[in-house]
Amino acid sequence: MSQSINDFIVRFANVNGTGSASANYLFAKAIFRMGIPVTPKNIFPSNIQGLPTWYEVRVSEKGYLGRREGIDLMVSVNPQSMAQDVKSVKSGGYFMYDSTKKLPETLVREDIHYLGVPMMEMSNQAFSDPRKRQLLKNIIYVGALAKLINLEIEEIEKLVGEQFEGKASLIEANHIALKLGMDFVEANFDFPLPFRLERKNLLKGKILIDGNTACGLGAVYGGATVMAWYPITPSTSVAEAFEHYCEEYRTDPETGEKKFAIIQAEDELAAMGMVIGSNWNGARAFTATSGPGVSLMNEFIGLAYFAEVPAVLVDVQRAGPSTGMPTRTQQPDLMLAAYASHGDTKHVLLLPSTPKECFEMTAQSFDLAERLQTPIMVMTDLDLGMNDHISEPFEWNDKRKYDRGKVLNAEELEHVGRFGRYLDVDGDGIPFRTYPGTHPTKGAFFTRGTSRDEYAAYTEDGAAYKRNMDRLMVKWKTAKKIVPSAKLYQKKNQSPYGILFFGTSTFSSEEAKDLLLQNDIVVDAIRIKAFPFGAEVLEFIKTHELVFVIEQNRDAQMRSMMMIEMETNPAKLIPVLNYDGMPITADAIKNQITIYLQQTKNLDHELSKTTV
Amino acid sequence: MSYLKPQFKHPKLPKNKIGYTIKEYEGPLSTLCAGCGHDSISAAIVQACFEMSVEPHKVAKISGIGCSSKTPTYFLGNSHGFNSVHGRMPSVATGASMSNKDMVYFGVSGDGDSASIGMGQFVHVIRRNLNMVYIVMNNGCYGLTKGQDSATADQGSKSKAGSVNPFQAIDLASLAIELGAPFVAQSFSGDKQQLVPIIKAAMHHKGFAFINVISPCVTFNNNAGSTKSYDYVRQHIEATSTLDFVPEMPIITTKYDQGKSTKVALHDGSIIQLNKLATDWDPEDRVSVVNALQQARLKNEILTGLLYVNTEWNDLHGTLKTCKTPLNKLTEKDLCPGEEILEGINRNFR
Ligand SMILES: Cc1ncc(C[n+]2csc(CCOP(=O)(O)OP(=O)(O)O)c2C)c(N)n1
Ligand code: SF4
Ligand SMILES: [Mg+2]
Repeated sequence: MSQSINDFIVRFANVNGTGSASANYLFAKAIFRMGIPVTPKNIFPSNIQGLPTWYEVRVSEKGYLGRREGIDLMVSVNPQSMAQDVKSVKSGGYFMYDSTKKLPETLVREDIHYLGVPMMEMSNQAFSDPRKRQLLKNIIYVGALAKLINLEIEEIEKLVGEQFEGKASLIEANHIALKLGMDFVEANFDFPLPFRLERKNLLKGKILIDGNTACGLGAVYGGATVMAWYPITPSTSVAEAFEHYCEEYRTDPETGEKKFAIIQAEDELAAMGMVIGSNWNGARAFTATSGPGVSLMNEFIGLAYFAEVPAVLVDVQRAGPSTGMPTRTQQPDLMLAAYASHGDTKHVLLLPSTPKECFEMTAQSFDLAERLQTPIMVMTDLDLGMNDHISEPFEWNDKRKYDRGKVLNAEELEHVGRFGRYLDVDGDGIPFRTYPGTHPTKGAFFTRGTSRDEYAAYTEDGAAYKRNMDRLMVKWKTAKKIVPSAKLYQKKNQSPYGILFFGTSTFSSEEAKDLLLQNDIVVDAIRIKAFPFGAEVLEFIKTHELVFVIEQNRDAQMRSMMMIEMETNPAKLIPVLNYDGMPITADAIKNQITIYLQQTKNLDHELSKTTV
Repeated sequence: MSYLKPQFKHPKLPKNKIGYTIKEYEGPLSTLCAGCGHDSISAAIVQACFEMSVEPHKVAKISGIGCSSKTPTYFLGNSHGFNSVHGRMPSVATGASMSNKDMVYFGVSGDGDSASIGMGQFVHVIRRNLNMVYIVMNNGCYGLTKGQDSATADQGSKSKAGSVNPFQAIDLASLAIELGAPFVAQSFSGDKQQLVPIIKAAMHHKGFAFINVISPCVTFNNNAGSTKSYDYVRQHIEATSTLDFVPEMPIITTKYDQGKSTKVALHDGSIIQLNKLATDWDPEDRVSVVNALQQARLKNEILTGLLYVNTEWNDLHGTLKTCKTPLNKLTEKDLCPGEEILEGINRNFR
């Protein structure tokens, strides 16, 4: 194996519920502290205890934060998945395992290296408490890894100190376990391995955080006071984060009074009903859920659209249909969300791709929901939501004011003449609303999901119904102007080909762009951040011969939405897809694009062969 | 269509304590069938709100879907109303109440809306003890979809088309008591005398107040053989008590025999005075109430009045310890932890 610095993949194979998560996190975080870009991903089953789980850590000095295929080092501490784990190591790679038990002959491969470390045995000798033995076995392999790939032991020890602050005996035990691992490597193996770490300090200021925590925190900063939710993987930790930060920053330390209300509803229908009721009554309220929850919320989402009540929904997407693969990632809810509910409906979607965007877009979604008086859906996914990502730090400006939208207070009501709840007075399609309880005699109106006239009176007059539906389209045009616009990667087009992506396909798409360039295929790029699409998206499609639409679902849903919403030739939009439940990789993108171009454009054969 | 009623000024109309006449509590003309029980309940709500001297705009009316759920359009025209989706009024009311604890919430529902499609939400809003008045206008059928049996139709009851209901009825009042609703009353749309004080007491009760009102559907369920018709109900009604609602602490002068008169003090010091008609029934004892309801059912009687009341239980705001200021009045200053704290949070993730 050739020497390489800061460019490899380590995968841990563990048993769910055995405390491996914190050891693995320690490993990834220590690399982060060395200033080296690192991307950890949890691959876990829909199970609480006993089934295999994996934790994959990609180290990339170049800063490629997407997933890549090919495992350089496997740390196998799960006999159940060992056969599969041996197979997944790339040729020339390393396989570390617990040699307390002898490795079965059948698992010996000629083309990989074996590193047997008797973790259980060492742990049993060193510690007497059975629970400790189990947990510290995991720390032993972290110690072994430290020696093998030059992970700075000082960073690990510092992290252990932070984690167990005030618990001297635990810190001590962790130090013993780390040393056991290191000493064993020193005595038995050649080290360091050909691939290893070297401190770079490339991550000045950056943070390592998951998207769900960022969404929960974004809702606190965005002024949400009511959250209603029903537990569902992978969205649950949004509610947990919101609660955690609210308890910390919105609870009066003396009286215990809270400036928030969190309700675990009886189901997602009720959760959405509560969100709508709260927003109707002038509070900022939101829910977090995943695909099955959005399915259940459909009727209510249509009500909020038609009755024009603000609402915020964070959809942490997972693989469907139905219960699908509940612990695997995908972007499969785009159409469901964009056109949720019966009748003619369209909804604003925000598409974050980093924790920082999760924070910002969640905070911003409340402004948009109140400005547009409509549901806003923040579309993240399991990969972004539940995995730690390197992110720019969060920012906030204390001068920032919430945009509460067009709301008339008692004083203003005195001066408006006749109040028309659904009257478009300034031509942007957005009417004024009032909160219940504002004025004794003016501004009260009846909110309903049935058709009504400009003054909120029930009507079955077709002309009035149509006027209202048309005004909602005017509002949709206004939405286009105020949602975040797409990011273009070039000032001027460089190529007849473009790639278009969003959300968690971003890191891999950016890397694929570089990989294609290495093969002399130049592509322009655009990242969409919201639906409806702004003018720049149409412009990008118009000015390219082909646009590869990269997404993580079977049906190329984003591509369909582009065909529905814009005057474009569908033949120009080439789907590049990944939907096996694992985050999309740069190689998969590069390969699909290369093959397509080879087949249709007769690209130089010699060149492309190497990339297929 | 709903029609605005002509607003005549009646100089002689009596005013309540805050200077409003009953006109200020009315709404546009109803479009329900003439004689529909639901309209009488709307009138009782208007009367109760007038007598209680609440500011009309400090009341919010929330409903599901059905003829019954349409009624909030026809009372309290100066209040905000929300006609939501079928069976989901409780969740919308819960959200609304979380936003602003300083208003009175009227939830209006039907027997289809609450006992079928919305049963889950009905159960859970009781479990949370939301501070609201929850009225079911119970006609034993789906009025708006033209008279199908509902889950509260009595077994053996005959529909207008002549078919006999083979299923057992869900008794919402018993269910509410079983679930621990702290205020449960039952009445008849034709008995304004009883209904108005019940609604007043319910409005003052801090916590969930459930009123199941038998409300005949003149169009689809008022035939011979129906157990929710005007005639049947009038013949089978059995009051537990007469009641009086006294918003302020009265001087205790009771002219009833000990054991026949019960006083219940509410959180704000107001008093419900119950004059018991039924013996062996105690409105503050759940077991006794359940027993009385079962006995009445065996005798084909409809027990009315304030059946059960309990003022001890914390309402949802109390349970969640929300602050005194309504959540919808909080501003950036109250809600946003700010730049400096965010910098600290960033540091925790480095
Ligand atoms: C999801 C949904 N399913 C069905 C309906 C049709 N629907 C409208 S009202 C109603 C029944 C109403 O019965 P109830 O609540 O008893 O009200 P009533 O009209 O008897 O007062 C039904 C089934 C609907 N509006 N929404
Ligand atoms: S159909 Fe029945 S419930 Fe509906 S309005 Fe007419 S009488 Fe009332
Ligand atoms: Mg009914």
